[in-house]
Amino acid sequence: MADEPSSLPALRVTGLRKTFGDFVAVDGVDLEIVPGGSLAVVGESGSGKTTTARMIVGLEEPTAGTVLLGGRAHPGHRASTAERRRFAREVQMVFQDPYASLDRRQKVGDSLAEILALHTDLRGAPLADRVAELLDQVGLDERQGAALPRALSGGQRQRVAIARALAVRPRLLVLDEAVAALDVSVQAQILTLLTDIRRRTEVAYLFITHDLGIVRHVCDDVLVMHRGRVVERGPAETVLTDPEAPYTRRLRDSVPRRGWKPTRRTAQNGSQA
Amino acid sequence: MTGSPPLLVVDDLRVDLPTRDGMRRVIHRADLTVPAGTAVALVGESGSGKSMTARAVLRLLPSRARTTGSVRFDGSEVTTLGAAGLRRLRAHDVAMVFQDPRAHINPVRTVGDFLTEALITTRGVRPRAAEAKVTALLREVGIADASRRMRQRPPELSGGLLQRVMITAALAGEPRLLIADEPTTALDVTTQAEVMAIIDEARAERGLAMLFITHDLALAAAVCDRIAVMYAGGVVEELPARHLHERAAHPYTRALLASRPDPAATAEPLRAVPGRPLSAFETGPGCAFAPRCAHAQDLCHTERPSLSPAGEGLAACHFPAADARVTPQPGARSTPHGR
Repeated sequence: MADEPSSLPALRVTGLRKTFGDFVAVDGVDLEIVPGGSLAVVGESGSGKTTTARMIVGLEEPTAGTVLLGGRAHPGHRASTAERRRFAREVQMVFQDPYASLDRRQKVGDSLAEILALHTDLRGAPLADRVAELLDQVGLDERQGAALPRALSGGQRQRVAIARALAVRPRLLVLDEAVAALDVSVQAQILTLLTDIRRRTEVAYLFITHDLGIVRHVCDDVLVMHRGRVVERGPAETVLTDPEAPYTRRLRDSVPRRGWKPTRRTAQNGSQA
Repeated sequence: MTGSPPLLVVDDLRVDLPTRDGMRRVIHRADLTVPAGTAVALVGESGSGKSMTARAVLRLLPSRARTTGSVRFDGSEVTTLGAAGLRRLRAHDVAMVFQDPRAHINPVRTVGDFLTEALITTRGVRPRAAEAKVTALLREVGIADASRRMRQRPPELSGGLLQRVMITAALAGEPRLLIADEPTTALDVTTQAEVMAIIDEARAERGLAMLFITHDLALAAAVCDRIAVMYAGGVVEELPARHLHERAAHPYTRALLASRPDPAATAEPLRAVPGRPLSAFETGPGCAFAPRCAHAQDLCHTERPSLSPAGEGLAACHFPAADARVTPQPGARSTPHGR
């Protein structure tokens, strides 16, 4: 596992741990994503999946462990603005709620131009061209670019959030339940878009989700978390069709599908609440 | 489908709601039948009108809403019911469980107070007897330390536990119809399986009918006898749940099925429907789904189809699939499936 400078992983996390008081939210998580790869982190509420994501993008300070993006660690909050901005070009995040993650007074195109002006030397016509290119990349047109967020549907807003994240050409995109708030028929559109983008660019995905059903459609690999620990990992295909950990099996068997019947684990008088 | 009249019949329901821009249609046409003891699912995406239809059954719509059509519970008309009749309907005959339990329970009173209040005040049950009854019900829904839970307050309980408390509250009134509006949507998937199994068992023991509102077709098919799919304020298809996967005739139903593939099956391609779900007021004169439909013809854009027999059920489509087991290829625009 020696680091060859030529093929550094997009993301390498070792021994990541986070405690809040006595509560251990994340306990010894190791993970690695190759450049252009995609890893799903699956878990239910309280599994530590979102805390893991927040530590990776630098929104949360790890209690222990390291996060390396393209071989480099976080600059920390004492670093210079330029240094922190450089780090922001490595990793970007898309959040769950497309209604809360955009400024409602800023036109969609302007919100993209702002990021480009901050992070790049593009000005004037080249900048406008890049904005148009980004909008096009996520399937939005010029008219939608000139609109305020409230004129857009949930799916369209999520496209804007993805365009904003891609604007700086990050090495890693962290998607935290990025399709969970969308209607089923719109979810499929966004998942297809994400698959297309990954094929066309070199961006890697860390896809945080509670939904096993969509994992295979965006990710090559999957990691299952339960109560802060990794209980299973492997290629998405293998883990979903032939899970080894009892928890993964239970998770998979709880997803409604053809021929599925709900079952209860607790007896009537409840041996386990 | 016996000789006695069905428990609940919704017939040609239309609902308009007041907005800043005047009255807005939210339900174009909803028809629905729930025979006694059976479970019927209303499935749809946001803006489809599924929750509004459910609320109309109990007359829980905003006060300035305009409703036409008929809602009959056990043969009597709900839309013209007086105050006493409406109270009886809500207190005795129909119980409702909502998506977010925390929005429907007083956080500063104990679970026990919440569960026994209705029994004591509207049924005249003695406090001790009411307490014994709901404690037994709590055990039935799988809450082990029921007497301790009775003394706790809602913030001390997890979402899954609290939803089981809400189910207990619904069952305590011994209703004949349970309306469950996305009861498991806010829960983790393993908890969802548990809560649905509890509802299933409770229904089977009591012969309780259910109107189940959900966005999840697979879940609906697993726990219901019949499925009604709503889109843009109207029912577009109605069919037996066991035929859903093979016999769904409406392109929208089948698009929904294709957008949520089975996690364990070998890589079925994800098929996205273009566009977004519309609300009733946004639709034109034709079929509401036509702008997103791969099989739409000229007729679909000009004339709205009504529910008519298709396969094992009813479909509101000019060109319903004759047999959905033959999957039409996307892009086969020129050949209408069936006919």
